[in-house]
Amino acid sequence: MKTNDVIFQTVAKVVFFMIIFFAVRIFFAGHYYPGGGFVGGLLTSGAIVLLLLAFDMKTVKKGLPIDFKCLIGLGLLFGAGTAAGSLLFNVPFFTHAYDYFQLPLFGKTSLHTAMLFDLGVYFVVIGVTMTIIQTIGESE
Amino acid sequence: MEILMCMIAGLLFAAAVYLMLSKSLLRIIIGTGLLSHGTHLMLLTMGGLKTGTVPVLGENAAAYTDPIPQALILTAIVISFGVTAVFLVIAYRAYQELGTDNMDQLRGTESDD
Amino acid sequence: MSLLHWAILAPFILAAFVPFVRKKAPSIHTGWFVFVLPVVLFVSFLQYLPVTMNNDSVSKTVSWIPSLGIDFTAYVDGLSLLFVLLITGIGALVVLYSTYYLSKTKESLQHFYVYLLMFMGAMLGVVLSDNVITLYMFWELTSISSFLLIAYWFDRDRSRYGAMKSMLITVFGGLMMLGGFAVLSIMGGTFSIRELAAQAPELNNHPLFLLAMILILLGAFTKSAQFPFYIWLPDAMEAPTPVSAYLHSATMVKAGIYLVARFSPIFAFSSYWFWIVGAVGLFTMVWASFNAVKQTDLKGILAFSTVSQLGLIMCLLGVSSAALYFDSLDDNLYTAAVIAAVFHLINHATFKGSLFMVVGIIDHETGTRDIRRLGGLMSLMPVTFTLSVIGAFSMAGLPPFNGFLSKEMFFLSMVQLTELNLFQLETWGMLLPVLAWIGSVFTFIYSIILVFNVFGGKFQPEKLEKKPHEAPAGMLISPIVLAALVILFGLFPNLLSYSLIQPAAASIVPSIIPAGDQLYVNIYFWHGITVELLMTIGVVAVGIVLYKFLPKWIGLYDYFPGKVTLNQFYNSSLYVAERGSNSLTKAYMTGFIRSYLVYIFAFFIAILGFTMWAKNAFRFDASNTAPIGFYEAGLLVVLCISIVTILMAKSRLTSIIALGAVGYSVSLFFVIFRAPDLALTQLVIETVSTALFLLCFYHLPKLYRHEEKIGFQIGNAIIAAGVGIIVTLIGISAHSTKLFSSINEYYIENTYSKAGGENMVNVILVDFRGFDTLFEISVLSVAALGIYGLIKLRMEKGGEQHENK
Repeated sequence: MKTNDVIFQTVAKVVFFMIIFFAVRIFFAGHYYPGGGFVGGLLTSGAIVLLLLAFDMKTVKKGLPIDFKCLIGLGLLFGAGTAAGSLLFNVPFFTHAYDYFQLPLFGKTSLHTAMLFDLGVYFVVIGVTMTIIQTIGESE
Repeated sequence: MEILMCMIAGLLFAAAVYLMLSKSLLRIIIGTGLLSHGTHLMLLTMGGLKTGTVPVLGENAAAYTDPIPQALILTAIVISFGVTAVFLVIAYRAYQELGTDNMDQLRGTESDD
Repeated sequence: MSLLHWAILAPFILAAFVPFVRKKAPSIHTGWFVFVLPVVLFVSFLQYLPVTMNNDSVSKTVSWIPSLGIDFTAYVDGLSLLFVLLITGIGALVVLYSTYYLSKTKESLQHFYVYLLMFMGAMLGVVLSDNVITLYMFWELTSISSFLLIAYWFDRDRSRYGAMKSMLITVFGGLMMLGGFAVLSIMGGTFSIRELAAQAPELNNHPLFLLAMILILLGAFTKSAQFPFYIWLPDAMEAPTPVSAYLHSATMVKAGIYLVARFSPIFAFSSYWFWIVGAVGLFTMVWASFNAVKQTDLKGILAFSTVSQLGLIMCLLGVSSAALYFDSLDDNLYTAAVIAAVFHLINHATFKGSLFMVVGIIDHETGTRDIRRLGGLMSLMPVTFTLSVIGAFSMAGLPPFNGFLSKEMFFLSMVQLTELNLFQLETWGMLLPVLAWIGSVFTFIYSIILVFNVFGGKFQPEKLEKKPHEAPAGMLISPIVLAALVILFGLFPNLLSYSLIQPAAASIVPSIIPAGDQLYVNIYFWHGITVELLMTIGVVAVGIVLYKFLPKWIGLYDYFPGKVTLNQFYNSSLYVAERGSNSLTKAYMTGFIRSYLVYIFAFFIAILGFTMWAKNAFRFDASNTAPIGFYEAGLLVVLCISIVTILMAKSRLTSIIALGAVGYSVSLFFVIFRAPDLALTQLVIETVSTALFLLCFYHLPKLYRHEEKIGFQIGNAIIAAGVGIIVTLIGISAHSTKLFSSINEYYIENTYSKAGGENMVNVILVDFRGFDTLFEISVLSVAALGIYGLIKLRMEKGGEQHENK
């Protein structure tokens, strides 16, 4: 039984990008406003789940050729790497640093190493959620 | 409000325990879900409710709500998601392999080894 | 780390190389590599002799756990040095003997020598440690290596049984001893034996004194196989004979003696010490020698004889405490006991070591150790015969061997005790020499049995597995050396008296020696017709008569009930413990997850409820609460309805939707209660997990509920209600009692200044408490990979199915 859900698929495509942008925005806002790696990651995976619902597993895999298991590893690498990176500067494990920069276009911006750590969290959350859902979805 | 929240957390705990004691795997999993909801609400209540504004400095408020329980709960929410997922998969694999989800029949005894 | 420490560690280090040596050079017996070490150690420790002969000592400290006051202090004085020389000297001879005893092709030598070296190092550690905790560590290491060595031929049931028995009993004693050490160090405030000994008078008046003493004595008695703990030693004879000679007669079983001697300065002032150590020792001596006579296994005789001799030494150490009651050294005849103890310790190591090796030779050459099958070997094995005569006569206390001298001294001190006016000796004192004499008669009998039943009598070649002949020369070297020492020490006892006995005795009873003076030891062969000489003559006379008529009275042993022996007690208590714990475990481990949860929750309710009641902890304070608004009330109603729906739901879909409703209401609560991060996360999570549930539904049974009896449900409901009520009460009480102000001020103040962020929750997550988050994402990853594994990697069922076909 093949149902015709053109409307759903079209809407899903649009909404997917909207959610992704929102997720990225929420992720970057994390340090100052509600948001952060966890929510950002969950929202992103929510968006991918939406695609999975609208299309089937194969199509999504073709469109998003990401191995989510590797994403977990990448995230953990970011997390642990940021934490361990502080050791290179002879400060205790997990010491974060930040500073304010005058960037073109953005104006005065603060850049944090904590952001890198949060990026790790973001990747892990996406990786974990998608690995779980994909493996369960694929299993017979 | 806090008293009431304690009660609702207690209710969530009671319901969770009741479900966890039942024989069906799925009900046990739902029970653990309720248990984590109860814990989260309880934690949040312990930090004091509505004692200040949201814990974001940009608000420039005189008082903020306690951010620590919130940080703890945020961690707990994500972890409990992971736990639920693992439970679900174990349940369905057990059902697949053993053909039942009745805990009474899933007893492992020494003689089975 | 000084050389002393390296000396203790050297056997362990060498042990690490033994397997490689065995592998690289299988054609050379591994024993030769090992042999070098005890010889080197023996020679290098000899250089401490001049030090200890001046009653000096050497002490080297390496800090180990300084925060707890535990140091690795190596300490050499007369007593330690005596034991070190025994350990390394006998050790060298035993290793030499073992190179001939154990076949290099058939046996797994790498194990044997690793265990043996481990034991040697541990034993050196025991006698050289000044710190009680270090001593305990090495003490248990000797138990473990003894266990491994007894079970060396682990395919034999008896070996495993014996190993287990020795382990259980000695480790039990070791743990008691650790308790004693702990008590002692609490009393004295230090772990150092020397520092404890310095405060001996104060410790004597401490209320815990007796407890510490009994616990430490338990350690000593189990290790030295005293009554009633001796039962492990006869079973330990399943070990290869070199091991029996080394561990179970010359060194390890003497660790208990060492302990008693080492702690004498602390405890000996007490009359309890005198009576406990003395009486247990004496009784063990008599009981074990009596039992030795009925043994038919040669090693069994030697085992009981070892127990008996250890009892003798123990008894001497106990009664030597009487010496402390006399101030002047000159007319102090009671130091004789301690001198006799040390002297007999050395003698026992020599004659018993040689006897064990002789028995090993007999076993090796004839294939049996059963005295009923042996006999008439005198002409076939002349050297072995000579050696066993020397050893056995020394053990029996006959001149001119060293055993005679120490046995005489033993009698002397026993007789002298009856003249004392201490510790109610005037009433019970007469028993001591009488018991000592009876024990010696039996000692004489079994010594004679050992020689004449094996070498005399009729030769029965048909009962032997091999054709007996004299042992190879290499195997005879070690027993010959020991037998030579037996004669040498017998003829020239004063060779030892200044070099070893005097310093060792001085370490045992330091308080009776005035500063600058020293103990004088003179051992004479002949001191006229004295009581002790008459006692010896009596022993010989009665012993010969009893030996002649042995078949007449051996039946007496049958009158001893077989059911109530200590061995039966040990076996049945093990059996009962095993059965008991098995049935107990089975009674509550039902395999049903509900039972376990019921235990957990019942204890949760009981413990927390009781604490709350007992501590009167319930508080109710509604003053500092937020008002209940319209939205909250509405949400509460929704939440309650959803919960009830879940409980009542018949279909799984309903319950999942209701669970989603609970989740969304919770996230709305987060909105109301000013937790935007939580609200966001909860919303998304709820969506994703509902999707997850729906995905899994495809694989899960349609049936949502199983038949549950009404009683089952009511039981669950009661427990559930109990948990709910307890949680509510705790929540309310916790809210109503604010003992401390929240630590959140720190975060509120520092979020911007230290972390440059404004969203406190997020800053806490990624910065202040980043560790939590790091581990959390690790846990999540593990969960995801676990799920992946659960689903993707199916166990191969093939194997099982093939079997069924």
